[in-house]
Amino acid sequence: MGNRIVVPFGPPQHPVLPEPIHLDLVLEDERVVEAVPTIGYVHRGLEKLVEKRDFQDYVFIAERICGICSFTHSVTYCNAIEHIMGIEVPPRAQFIRTIWMEYSRMHSHLLWLGLAADAMGFENLFMNAWRLREEILDDMEATTGGRVIQGSCKVGGIRRDIGDEKLGEMVDHLKKIRPLLEESNRIFTHDQTVRHRMRGGLGTLTKEEAWDLGAVGPTARGSGCDMDVRSSGYSAYGGTRVQTGHPPPHGGLSGSLPRPLGRGARSSRPRRTCGGKDARRPCRRKGEGQSGWRVLCLLRTAPPWRVHALHKGQRQEEHRPPPVRTPTLTNIPPLVKMLAGIDLADVPVVVLTIDPCIGCAER
Amino acid sequence: MSYITKSPWIIHYDGSSCNGCDIEVLACLTPLYDLERFGIVNTGNPKHADVFIITGGINELNRPIVKNTYEQMPDPKVVVAVGICATSGGVFRDCYNILGGVDKVIPVDVYVPDARPDPSPSLTASSRPWVFSKRNGQRWQRKGGEIIND
Repeated sequence: MGNRIVVPFGPPQHPVLPEPIHLDLVLEDERVVEAVPTIGYVHRGLEKLVEKRDFQDYVFIAERICGICSFTHSVTYCNAIEHIMGIEVPPRAQFIRTIWMEYSRMHSHLLWLGLAADAMGFENLFMNAWRLREEILDDMEATTGGRVIQGSCKVGGIRRDIGDEKLGEMVDHLKKIRPLLEESNRIFTHDQTVRHRMRGGLGTLTKEEAWDLGAVGPTARGSGCDMDVRSSGYSAYGGTRVQTGHPPPHGGLSGSLPRPLGRGARSSRPRRTCGGKDARRPCRRKGEGQSGWRVLCLLRTAPPWRVHALHKGQRQEEHRPPPVRTPTLTNIPPLVKMLAGIDLADVPVVVLTIDPCIGCAER
Repeated sequence: MSYITKSPWIIHYDGSSCNGCDIEVLACLTPLYDLERFGIVNTGNPKHADVFIITGGINELNRPIVKNTYEQMPDPKVVVAVGICATSGGVFRDCYNILGGVDKVIPVDVYVPDARPDPSPSLTASSRPWVFSKRNGQRWQRKGGEIIND
C-alpha cells in the first residue's frame, strides 16, 4: 500500500478527451481510490441568455447547447413552448422531427462508439465508426442543409419538408448501411481486443447504484434499469414501438461493456421509423431504437412553469432561464462511483463509457 | 503541394464550443476527409504540435489553459480558430461567461468563421495554414521549399 497521491487527469486538455473535463484522481499505487471531478471549462451561460433572446430565436440557441445532439435540443425547447402556448404541431412535422431525431441519435451513437474505440486505442474501429457516421450525416445534410447543426426546427413545426422521393432514398440508404453497422457491432461484441480491454467487470455499476446515483440513458440501461424517454411517446414516438433495455451481455463480459454494446446493438437496426411510408401516413409503425437519452433530461427538467413565465406577457427582464439538465451532468456521480477501485490505465476507457458530452453538461 | 516538406501536427482544444466544431475537426481526420493522408496527426501533446486548433469562445476558466497550451508549443506555430465562436464569440457573445474570441488571449493566424464549419475549409486551413497565415511574412519563410522560422 503506497502513499496516496493526486494525479490530475485532463488538466483539462487531455489526449483522450475531445472536450475538457478535469478529474483529480486520488491514487494508491496504480489504483484509483477516489475521483474528484471539476467542470466549468465549457460553461457559457446559455440558460441566462434566454433573457436576451426572443423565444423564436432561442430555438437556435437551444440547438447550440450541444452540437452532437443539437436537433433534439431544439425539438425539446419547441415542445415546451408548444405545450405552454397550446400549439398543435401537424402530424407530418411531428414525424419528420422524429426522423431527424433518430438520425441525430444514430450519428451520435456512432460518434460515441468511435470515441470509445479510440479510448481503447483501437484506432481502426474509431475510423470505421466515423466512416459509417458520415453516411448518416449525408442524409442529414441533404434534408436539412446542416451536418451537425441543422436549424430545421421551429415553434409549431419544421422549417423544411422532406419530399416523398427523398424519403424513399433514405430508406434505401438505411438498408445499405445496416449490414455495415452489424459488422461494426460484431467487432465491438466479439473482437478479442475489445473484450480484453473491458475484462473483469471494469467499471461495473449495479442497478441499485445506478438508480440511487441518478444515472440516465444508456448508463442506466447498461446497469439494468428500464428507462427510455421515447416510450413516453413525445413527438411522433407515440406511434412507434420503442424497445428499451439491453441485449444480454455476451458470455464473460461484464462491467462497462454493456453500455457500449447496448447502444451499438440497437444502432444496428435499420431505422424503419424513418421509413417513407411511415412519414406519409401517421399510423402505427415499426420503430425500434434505444436511447432518447439526451432528450430525457431536457423533457424531464424543463418544467413548464418555468418556461411559462416567458409567455405571460412579462417584461423581458423578468424572463426566467429555462433549467436544462442534460444526461452527462447526471451521469457524472455514477462515473465517479465507477472510477473508484479501477486502475489508472483504465480510467480513459471508463470515462468514455458514459459518453461524456461536456458541452451539454455545462451549457 | 510539393512545397510542403513537413507535415504539421495539430492539437485540438475545445474552448467553450457547442461540440459542433469539435466533431467537425475530428471528422477532418476520419476517412471521408482524411487529413491524415497529408501526414497530419492529431496529437495530444502541445510540445509535438505545430498547429493549435481551437473551437469555441474563451471563458474565465479556460483562458489560462489556452494560453498555457499555446506557450508550450514550439515555434513556429500557427493558431487556427475554427468556428464563429472561436472567431468572435458568435451566438454566445452575449453570454455572461464568454469573453469573446480566441484572439482575446493568443494571436490567431487563421479564422474559419462559420456556425458549424463544414470540414472542407477547416481541412484547407489546417493543412496549409502558412499559406493563409496573416503573419506569414514575419514568422514563416519558405526557402527552397523548406519552411523555417525566421
